Amino acid sequence: MADRKKRLIIRTLIILILVAAVGFTIYQIFNKKHVVEIGDTAPDFILTDVHGKKVHLKDFRGKAVVLNFWATWCDPCKREMPYINKVYEKTKNQKDVVILAVNIKESKFAVENFLNRYHIKFPVLMDKKGDVMDAYNIVPIPTTFFIDKDGKVVDKVTETMPSADYLQKKIEKIKP
Amino acid sequence: MSREIICECGHKNPEGTILCEACGKPLTDDQSSKELLNMRYEGSARRSQTYSRTPIDKIWNFFSSVKVGITLIILVLIAIAIGTIFPQDVYIPAGADPKTFYKEQYGVLGEIYKTLGFDHLYGSWWFVILLGLLGLSIIVASIDRFIPLHRALRNQKIVRHDRFMKKQRMYGVTETDDGAQIIDKARIALKERRYNIREDNGSLLAEKGRFSRWGPYVNHIGLIIVLTAGMLRFFPGMYTHEVLWLKEGETAKLPGTHGEYYLKNHKFILETYNQNNKQYEKSLKRAGTVAKNYQSNVTLYKTSDHHVLGAKPELHKVEDAGIRVNAPLEFNHYQVFQADYRLNEFNKMSFKLTNKKTKKSFGKLSVDLFNPKKEYDLGNGYRVKLIDYFPDFYFNDKGEPASKTDVPENPAFIFKMFTPDHPKGEVSFVAIKTNLEPLGKNDYKMTFAGVETKNVSGFVIKKDWTLWIFFVGMIIFLIGVGQGMYWNHRRMWLQRQGNTLVFAGHTNKNWFGLKKDIRFVVEKSGLSEPVDRLEQKSLEKEREIQA
Repeated sequence: MADRKKRLIIRTLIILILVAAVGFTIYQIFNKKHVVEIGDTAPDFILTDVHGKKVHLKDFRGKAVVLNFWATWCDPCKREMPYINKVYEKTKNQKDVVILAVNIKESKFAVENFLNRYHIKFPVLMDKKGDVMDAYNIVPIPTTFFIDKDGKVVDKVTETMPSADYLQKKIEKIKP
Repeated sequence: MSREIICECGHKNPEGTILCEACGKPLTDDQSSKELLNMRYEGSARRSQTYSRTPIDKIWNFFSSVKVGITLIILVLIAIAIGTIFPQDVYIPAGADPKTFYKEQYGVLGEIYKTLGFDHLYGSWWFVILLGLLGLSIIVASIDRFIPLHRALRNQKIVRHDRFMKKQRMYGVTETDDGAQIIDKARIALKERRYNIREDNGSLLAEKGRFSRWGPYVNHIGLIIVLTAGMLRFFPGMYTHEVLWLKEGETAKLPGTHGEYYLKNHKFILETYNQNNKQYEKSLKRAGTVAKNYQSNVTLYKTSDHHVLGAKPELHKVEDAGIRVNAPLEFNHYQVFQADYRLNEFNKMSFKLTNKKTKKSFGKLSVDLFNPKKEYDLGNGYRVKLIDYFPDFYFNDKGEPASKTDVPENPAFIFKMFTPDHPKGEVSFVAIKTNLEPLGKNDYKMTFAGVETKNVSGFVIKKDWTLWIFFVGMIIFLIGVGQGMYWNHRRMWLQRQGNTLVFAGHTNKNWFGLKKDIRFVVEKSGLSEPVDRLEQKSLEKEREIQA
């Protein structure tokens, strides 16, 4: 009787160990690329904006942060720029909303030219080496993160935002 | 209550036993009626066939089956075979997007291939599950066979049951008055052939190479270690394989080192054999240009400590190195390999401001294609403003100049030229082999005055803690295979019943070898030669057919 019990325990253990090993491996496969997803804490970074001012993401704890990744050569990014600009104009005096756009690996010339041409006012950060892009594992651009007062990613949009209203509504959700 | 089977010899056998572990007496009806015994696993109770009460037992018994194991192996083989039809995603052209590549290149089949994860087969969840099931099958089937077999061989008695002897493939009876002497001689002969001999009451069991029976289990342990090593590659910190393209003069984070190391590429060198080389002249004439060396001269840096992402890290030089093919830079268990290169990529473009009529030049300017300046003062009242720059120029659907990417593949520029005669400036559009005047006729133009290129080195960064585990696993696997293949488990029984000597022999493989040993013993001892009853049977069958 004791024998049979021992056998059942050993069998159960072996099967469980194998299931755990395979399960953990698959978990690793799906988590290999640390894509920043909804619910994650947004990785902290320090970048300089076009004017050379340092911006530290952590300094915005307590505020709602919109983090947009873009490039001048990306047409879908270009389409949503006016919407972001419009919302920025509306919210720039609100103390609890911050809009940041991260330009991916481009020259100051390209970015400044772009900002002047499209009259863009919101702060643009220069991710010269693409470190922040890598950390967030941005695949399509534009990608926009909505980060709440605790630094958590509440929402993530990986396509062109359809309107200024759409963006405004998303911001309302993350406002402290 | 466990249902034991008590043999007439007194030995308690586990439920499901076919031949008594001790004396070998057939315990099931079908074995009793057969002419020859099925000696697989010594007729022990394969445990899968006995207990199936709980769901765990049912799972266990399923994976204990060799049929299931072989099915899994075949499934793995089919998956691997399909995985070779189109290239794996690491081998598609650099820069190609795997999302669209397979569909564009191979159509619907390519899309299915990609969707099912065949493009990165070894990282596909279902393939990992398949390997996991195979691993389970190997472990379960081995335990289920090893333990009863080990038990049966440990419990085997020297004197075997009559029927066990009679139903062995090699069987012979010798009638003699001189049994003791024959057994003595047989013992000496067997010793000479390096058999282990145990005796009981005048009966004799000679055994050789029992350890070869463990070969399959040893090689299965090796396989499990190999599978474990493969699994460990997915664990953080165990395995790194990253690619880094680095232009001459640039410094970048080494991917896979968690921002701990940076690399600066000073220069990429491609050396070829001199065409006038005396030694190789002939072959060089035939082969054309032959590369002699691919090398990147680099400096390795370590960052001071954990720094915030994006911020400029403090770099401390570790060492200067020349990385050549197969001579990687090695540090802290990482290896950086020279893996690829691109030559002559645009870096800077120079232009001269010239008067179209007089052809006179008023100075030269150089535009950094990765970080262009806005204004270029050429002195004497001549200056040029860069109005717009398109690194990868094309006309978009509105007919405007635009850039496809930020890579200067096809750079185009819009300059505004300020000269004493044109203080308001003239606009010039310059692209490769293009020089347009979009806003009316100009007196000046920007003439192309050369391009500065840089080479780009392709590095592979590797770290592999799992390789030695693969080695250990494979060595154990080979030991197991050798153990099972090159040695055989041979046994001979010699029993005395009055004036009759009963002889039986068995081996798990290589009957020819066993027969040679038997012949040796027969010659030395004067036993009657035993018969191979399997051979005899087939001979009889043949004769029947002929008759």
